[in-house]
Amino acid sequence: MSPLARRRLGRAALNAAGVVVFLFAVFPVYWMVTTAFKPNDQIFTTSFIPFPSPPSMDHVSRVFTKGVAGHSIWQYLFNSTLVALSAVVLGAVFALLAATAVARFRFRFRTSFLILLLIVQMVPAEALLIPLFTMVKRLGLYDQLLGLIIINVGLTLPFSVWMLRTFVAAVPKELEEASWIDGAGRFTTFWRVLFPLVAPGLVATSIFAFITTWNEFVYALTLISDQGKYTMPVALQFFVGQRSTDWGGIMAASTLMTIPVLIFFLLVQRRMVSGLVAGAVKG
Amino acid sequence: MTQMSTLARGGADTSAPSRRSRKGARGPGLSPKAVPYVLLLPGLLVIAVLLLYPLYQMVEMSFHKVGLRQIKAVNPAPADFVGWDNYTQILDSDLFWTSLRNTVVFAVVTVALTLILGTLVGLLLNKLGPKMSTFVVVGIMAAWATPPTAQAIVWKWLFDSDSGIVNWTLNLLPDWLSNLVFGHADWSGHPWFNDTLTLYFVLIVAVVWASFPFIAVSVLAGLKSIPSELYEAAKMDGSGAVRTFRRITLPLLKPVFSVLVVLSIIWDFKVFTQLYLLAGGTVNRDAFNLSLWSYAEAFSSPPKMGLGAAIAVVLTVILLLITFVYVRQIVKTEDDIR
Repeated sequence: MSPLARRRLGRAALNAAGVVVFLFAVFPVYWMVTTAFKPNDQIFTTSFIPFPSPPSMDHVSRVFTKGVAGHSIWQYLFNSTLVALSAVVLGAVFALLAATAVARFRFRFRTSFLILLLIVQMVPAEALLIPLFTMVKRLGLYDQLLGLIIINVGLTLPFSVWMLRTFVAAVPKELEEASWIDGAGRFTTFWRVLFPLVAPGLVATSIFAFITTWNEFVYALTLISDQGKYTMPVALQFFVGQRSTDWGGIMAASTLMTIPVLIFFLLVQRRMVSGLVAGAVKG
Repeated sequence: MTQMSTLARGGADTSAPSRRSRKGARGPGLSPKAVPYVLLLPGLLVIAVLLLYPLYQMVEMSFHKVGLRQIKAVNPAPADFVGWDNYTQILDSDLFWTSLRNTVVFAVVTVALTLILGTLVGLLLNKLGPKMSTFVVVGIMAAWATPPTAQAIVWKWLFDSDSGIVNWTLNLLPDWLSNLVFGHADWSGHPWFNDTLTLYFVLIVAVVWASFPFIAVSVLAGLKSIPSELYEAAKMDGSGAVRTFRRITLPLLKPVFSVLVVLSIIWDFKVFTQLYLLAGGTVNRDAFNLSLWSYAEAFSSPPKMGLGAAIAVVLTVILLLITFVYVRQIVKTEDDIR
């Protein structure tokens, strides 16, 4: 074989491998979405139906009208959005202040604080479930979305500070110095100079915190018992019945829940990697 | 009041030039030394109240008997101190060994598979052309973005006994082959979730599917950061592909790998959501891992919060030992931390 032909063959093999990886990754998601649009006789079948023919909106409209566990899926989408947005906004304020402190100042305990952040990030949320459950109960926040919001601020904060500090550090100090020389106060400098420049990083960090909160399952499961206050991940379970599962309904709901996450992921994918592996990846 | 604060602001402005020279001295009001602490305080409070105090409480509870009467919102009864009872009870329980086995075997297998697959895909992405690479990245992003609850549900559907696509595919195998490999040819109605072994098989597939994209994208980022001059130099010196990979790529990716390994171990050690959904809650005790066991003891009736907390302590201690390696690696590589 000539070198050119061998190179072409190699390229074709690589591309084929790429397609295989793509199919492996995408097929389950494809199957989730198509199942949502299949009428029941095409779902509960032993034959292979690659595409719903004709596509049916039955399940999608049913999860919105009849819903599950006594409420329309709107209710759960609303609860999830409320919890995630509130937790993100609260968390962003705390995170921005703390990130500015560690990125802009040298002070005693700075290293200790950063190491503390790393360690608490690694404590399994599942392990803190029991003490946080009793705490929430004692404070009278059991069965309230407010309790869930507060818990999620705590769960996402260490990572948010960790990720955000690199964005704050990336803003050149000279800009702030110029602003002080022009006579701006500390707050004006922060609000007019630092904040707009850190904003893209703050958005990326917030999106990450949003996804974490949106997906959070075990706290939502244990801290909420009123069905009208369930978040999406918890509500999904109720499509699974004792005897049979409403596969069409659950796939429609899962698809609805996945869409916002997927959009956000495509937006911040690159920044997320750099945040997670921190200094280990340079560049 | 208003007058006062205006005055203070004006006054500080005049004295600003003398302060500007010092680092951190940025304006009126606070003493410059206090600024970072004030900024840090709210976040530190959140961490202390929502993470550190519960951590302490978890340990405290693990030495007490905490039941329904102790967790009432009104007039909770004081918890009895039971010493190491909860821990001896864990060690005496058969569930400890099955759940520890499930936790460790699952983590080892899943971490290994995720890292191998993720690295291979990362290397592949690095070799592919820009268009094809973007295409594959967008594809694996779909798997990565699927929420854990949806992951579990989709894989449960794929492995459904009657209408699942996996059983349909396995039925396509020629009978002799299926008999040879699996010992039976008919897959119609074959259940996957009754037996712990096959349940964990599906769990491993689902978790590997969802977590290899992160490894692949990280490895790709690591590969891109290696200067191409190094490869050119290696080529000039007559180094072959395998040798270049072992001598240049691997050593330079080592810090990335050590972080990825530890993160994967930590994520897979405490897997809860997917297991909970695939196993159908806490009915199948044989399928427990440490997180699910802890949850089951604490939240089924009657609740045994102390015992559950003790199991959580065991899990946390194991994870913190692993975290130690991660923290050391980060402190070593991140100059900015010191």
